[in-house]
Amino acid sequence: MDKNFAARRRRDLIVAGALATLAALAPLFVKDVYVQNILILTLMYAALSQSWNILSGYCGQISLGHALYFGIGAYTTELLFTKFGVLPWFGMLAGGGIAALIAMGLGYPFFRLRGHYFVIATIVIAEIGLLLFQNWEWAGAAMGITIPVRGDSWLKFQFLRSKLPYFYFALGLCCLAWFVTWWLEDSKWGFWWRAVKDNPEAAESLGVVVFNSKMGAAAVSAFLVAVGGAFYAQFLAYIDPESVMGFQFSLLMALPAVLGGIGTLWGPVLGAAILIPMTELTRSYIGGSGRGVDLIVYGALIVAISLALPQGLVSLFSRAKAKNQVKNQVKGATR
Amino acid sequence: MTALLETRGVWQRFGGLVANSDVSISVGRGEIVGLIGPNGAGKSTLFNLIAGVLPPTQGSIWFDGEDVTNLPAAERCQRGVGRTFQVVKSFETMTVIDNVIVGALVRNTVMREARGKAHEVLEFTGLAARADVLASDLVPAEKRRLEVARALATEPKLLLLDEVLTGLTPTEAQTGVALVRKVRDAGITVLMVEHVMEIVMPLVDRAIVLDLGKVLVEGKPADVVRDPKVIKAYLGDRHAVGA
Amino acid sequence: MGLLYGLIAVGLALIFGLMDVTNFAHGEFLMIAMYLSFFLFAFFAIDPLLSAPLVAAAMFVFGAVVYLLIVRFAMRAKTNAGMVQIFTTFGLAIVMRGLAQFFFTPDYRSIPQSWLGGKTISFAGIFLPEPQLVGALVSIAAFAGLYFFIHRTDFGRALEATREDPGAVALVGIDKNRVFAFGWGLGAGLVGLAGAIMAVFFYIYPDVGASFALIAYVTVALGGFGSVFGAFAGGIIVGLVEAVTALMLPPSLKSVGIYAVYLLVVFIRPRGLFGSM
Repeated sequence: MDKNFAARRRRDLIVAGALATLAALAPLFVKDVYVQNILILTLMYAALSQSWNILSGYCGQISLGHALYFGIGAYTTELLFTKFGVLPWFGMLAGGGIAALIAMGLGYPFFRLRGHYFVIATIVIAEIGLLLFQNWEWAGAAMGITIPVRGDSWLKFQFLRSKLPYFYFALGLCCLAWFVTWWLEDSKWGFWWRAVKDNPEAAESLGVVVFNSKMGAAAVSAFLVAVGGAFYAQFLAYIDPESVMGFQFSLLMALPAVLGGIGTLWGPVLGAAILIPMTELTRSYIGGSGRGVDLIVYGALIVAISLALPQGLVSLFSRAKAKNQVKNQVKGATR
Repeated sequence: MTALLETRGVWQRFGGLVANSDVSISVGRGEIVGLIGPNGAGKSTLFNLIAGVLPPTQGSIWFDGEDVTNLPAAERCQRGVGRTFQVVKSFETMTVIDNVIVGALVRNTVMREARGKAHEVLEFTGLAARADVLASDLVPAEKRRLEVARALATEPKLLLLDEVLTGLTPTEAQTGVALVRKVRDAGITVLMVEHVMEIVMPLVDRAIVLDLGKVLVEGKPADVVRDPKVIKAYLGDRHAVGA
Repeated sequence: MGLLYGLIAVGLALIFGLMDVTNFAHGEFLMIAMYLSFFLFAFFAIDPLLSAPLVAAAMFVFGAVVYLLIVRFAMRAKTNAGMVQIFTTFGLAIVMRGLAQFFFTPDYRSIPQSWLGGKTISFAGIFLPEPQLVGALVSIAAFAGLYFFIHRTDFGRALEATREDPGAVALVGIDKNRVFAFGWGLGAGLVGLAGAIMAVFFYIYPDVGASFALIAYVTVALGGFGSVFGAFAGGIIVGLVEAVTALMLPPSLKSVGIYAVYLLVVFIRPRGLFGSM
């Protein structure tokens, strides 16, 4: 049995490595800037969703306010860069750190809340953040910040001629988020989180300090999302509150994980790989009319997938496994 | 030798309701003690106070020579108090082995060791064949056993069992009784709450009867069942067959 | 204004609290109701005040149909039930917004002339805009009616019983789906009423619902889920807080006050002001 387990973990790692290699080679074949753009966004949302999944999927604390951390990452980086000349690489880490601290600070009051009350509180706090940034003159208020163009440079993480560096960074971030999840899945924290999600009272009786577990999940999750936000800001070269902290980001982080399979290792990647291209394609091919057909198609697909596969697309893959399990159960029961 | 567990003058009030009044009990090392009493006697409340779900309104709880009255449940678990729940609280989306690993992580920080410990416990509790099944797919009797396994994985000095034998078929109850004996033989002290006297009496070394929130009688099971006060407390209660 | 929030929120509370289902499309229900009211005015010259009952009735049917066609299946999910509901209704909201854009175009519309629009009434020296005043009166009436309905009629009791124990209710011969469809209809109908009145003094556009949805959620949560009275009280509080913050902060920050009050309330009372659970 333990061999099975170790084999599964090794297989996950090999598959991930293979996929990452394939993805890394993709730009050799994809020269179209539009498609590259979609790939970059897909990778970014996969990374974000994977990070969201740590708190909301594994630990069960459904947050629809992660846009706050995304925006904080973006703003920290750009404010440090434009006002103090700090390189985006350091800004990115600073943003992640600040976001993690804020997540833990918010955790104190928030983690006492349950169910709907918690979800709404996360939405509300992100809205407050958005409104405050919209009114914060020093940070550009609603006008936002335009990142000064200094030419292509890895040092300044800014590229005008090619999107490839962004692509590789997004790929790296996605791999990092995946690997962190993979690593945490078979760690003390991973087990604690799942226990907390399933039954906090029982977890507490088994020596799990529920509150600390949630704080840990929130900090890791917020840090990674903020790094994503910093990347996005550099990628757009322009930020304003609505475009980095809007509610839609919270949703776009949650949706891939939910569609792919919430609380699973592969769910977010799978979900993002389907959802983000779908979003972009419907928007540009049928959304051009401005008549909302893209929204209709997009919304209908979300409804259909959530109704047909409540456990996410990953459950399609595990159907075969489930059959095996039934066999085992029958064996077990007859003993 | 000091007792492993002691409650000293414990009171618990919920609003105007007194669930426990001035309860002082002690459990010695290596004993199996039964905590019994009719419905509403305050057994579950006392049990939760000992497990650390809530602090008592008044009085103190001592474990292994230390005052643990204000320690939360997780801290008590780390000190060696393991418990089960009357209404089973499995981690439903996790497999049986993963459920037990959560418990094993209290004393094993390296995953491989925790996993090894969990397998050991599953072997001990007879759940090894079900290791990779989801907890939600277990039958009720197995879920009870999983509760015990999970608590054992925390390597407790004291195991608190909350009605683990109630509601089982006679065969299942027999296996359950055998398991409790095995646990004691492994050197773990057991305090078990049971409502049904006939199941626990043959098993326990000592019985404590609670009634209306107070300790009514305590002593050897054979004496306790013959005590007129106990018979009176259980009178009218259809489960008083043991008397 | 607070009373109208209350009315929107009561509709939501009914769906949310009584049936324990998250409805992320609630704002879109409001949007549809506003459009209905607009078109009844534009094509048939029916004043919104008169058409309000019509709109409410139409929304009732709409809510019930949405439940029977979609939400019923979302409630059946055994795992992740909460997430399935959130995303099903969220997807629905997007579809509705898309449909509105498709049929009604993204233009902003408003009802230029109505009996009430733009008029004010002076009441003990204070000038009140008539539409808001009528809105408040209608809200109070609707709330009183609903309160009576839930607590005094067999159906209201059936609704409550069904939430508490669907299995037991089935044994008594009540069809859970019919009860819930009715509940959804009722919730949507109340929103319809609110939408019809708000059509008089708000611009109507496909995304209008989104701006009210979050406030409706906050309102419901403020009062405590499952409490219809709480939602109404929550609405009044939200309206007052909004008015007060408008005096103290720039208009762009007016929602901050509402959100802050929500956070404050749930930190002190994690189950809302009138939470029963």
